[in-house]
Amino acid sequence: MTTKATQPMDKNGIFESNPAYDKRRKRKQTLFFILFRGAAAINGIALLIIVYFMVVNGWRAISWEFLTQPPMEAMTKGGILPCIVGTFYLSFGAILAALPIGIASAIYLNEYARPGKTVRLIRLSINNLAGVPSVVFGLFGLAFFVVILNMGVSIAAGALTLGAMSLPVIIGATEEALKSVPDTYREASLGLGATKWQTIWRVVLPSALPGILTGAILGISRAAGETAPIMFTGAVFFTPKLPTSIFNEVMALPYHIYVLATAGTEIEKTRHLQYGTAIVLIVLVLGMNLIAILWRAHLRKKLK
Amino acid sequence: MNRLLQQEEQMIPEYKMSSENLDFYYGEFKALHNVTMAFKPCEVTALIGPSGCGKSTFIRCLNRMNDLIPISRVDGKVMLDGNDIYSPSVDVVMLRRKVGMVFQKPNPFPKSIFDNVAYGLWVNGIKDKAFVRDRVEESLKQAAIWEEVKDRLQDTALGLSGGQQQRLCIARALAVKPEVVLMDEPASALDPIATQKIEELIHQLKEMYTIIIVTHNMQQAARVSNVTAFFYMGKLIESGDTDTIFTRPRKKQTEDYITGRFG
Repeated sequence: MTTKATQPMDKNGIFESNPAYDKRRKRKQTLFFILFRGAAAINGIALLIIVYFMVVNGWRAISWEFLTQPPMEAMTKGGILPCIVGTFYLSFGAILAALPIGIASAIYLNEYARPGKTVRLIRLSINNLAGVPSVVFGLFGLAFFVVILNMGVSIAAGALTLGAMSLPVIIGATEEALKSVPDTYREASLGLGATKWQTIWRVVLPSALPGILTGAILGISRAAGETAPIMFTGAVFFTPKLPTSIFNEVMALPYHIYVLATAGTEIEKTRHLQYGTAIVLIVLVLGMNLIAILWRAHLRKKLK
Repeated sequence: MNRLLQQEEQMIPEYKMSSENLDFYYGEFKALHNVTMAFKPCEVTALIGPSGCGKSTFIRCLNRMNDLIPISRVDGKVMLDGNDIYSPSVDVVMLRRKVGMVFQKPNPFPKSIFDNVAYGLWVNGIKDKAFVRDRVEESLKQAAIWEEVKDRLQDTALGLSGGQQQRLCIARALAVKPEVVLMDEPASALDPIATQKIEELIHQLKEMYTIIIVTHNMQQAARVSNVTAFFYMGKLIESGDTDTIFTRPRKKQTEDYITGRFG
């Protein structure tokens, strides 16, 4: 536009406005904002469409029995209680295993470590860990937790595998949260004769906690919906019993959907059960996210 | 050079704190060149100079706050009561307890007013509740903010105004009974009335503490300090009696700066 250089200018370089050009650039702005708004809207629409299909196809399956009974008659009837319980235990175990290690690693990387080869190597490993496909985590869990550590196919092995998979997310979220704590807090604390650890424990962590917890729960809730990491390590095709020990095998929601949809004896007949199970899984995952968000809001309010 | 050093050593009893041939590097960049100066107890020393002249870097060498910058390096000595604070045997945590700091922007913790002031006591292992309560009150009174906050000690410190927050930060620094108080442009983020309160406070505090204050504001330096030091391009150009510096500076650069010709 400027190359035309037909703008009349006075000797001070002040030029008159060009109404045609002004109109054009305003139109351009409007066009791009509409595009961006559309791109953002696709996210919401995608979720709505997914939920819509789930509900339309699966609402008939949802009932009190569905939530409180084990599967019956070759999984064509009955409920999914063992799957709900199994997924709950697996997720909870994954949090227990991954949260301390993830937070500790992030504290080391962000607060203590001096930049150098070691830190670069650790960061490289974490970034690569995040890129490892979930089925590879499943195979790792099978080889390491199930076989080498002799845990068998169990809640423990499945939860540890899910935990390992969530580690990069938890570390990333924790590092972000730690970075968002202003350095002036650290300086103020150290300036009063606090040690580095006192500073982290009493000032940095409380300020970062909302971010850490949300990141962690979002990471775990993502893992909770995964099938591949647990199919060799914790989840089984069918077991009507509820687990009594962390070394029991369990059923799990995502694996159950996979089983019903691909390996069941009556795939067509269980269609509504598949959707029903998916609804329960989504509600569970969104519920965990909701808890994370409410918790964060509560902690933030306490800080203010 | 040797004679100068010998003089420094003889002067030690008279001075609370001093730097000797101090160089400071951010990576390759040399931010301080051979700074030698000394601070008398119960006096206010003002460090003035244009932005980037090294005055903040210098003050942060005095309680080793620059240790937090990974690529930084220090050469030379900083003496506190005759001991080099950069010697390997020095516990930097104890050092910072003796040499307190007030920062440019008020930086209270996101905790209650009481907890902010008590924090320094808690981290130093003081658990006696009555003692902590008394010390918090004493410090808030010293920082001239007690009357404004005494009825809401459990409220969050973030609800205070900027000037109140800065006085709270001063109270927080005083609570651990430092011997030297470093102030890095403590009033630059405050309005004139809050600034005046801080300056009055500095006047009272110098009875008990050695105060070193960095300021952009030359009137402020003239008002609050006994000694003024002018920094330029990482070098200490000249230091001396505040009255002398502002009326009969020896160096031309100092004169140009204080008469407003640059900076």
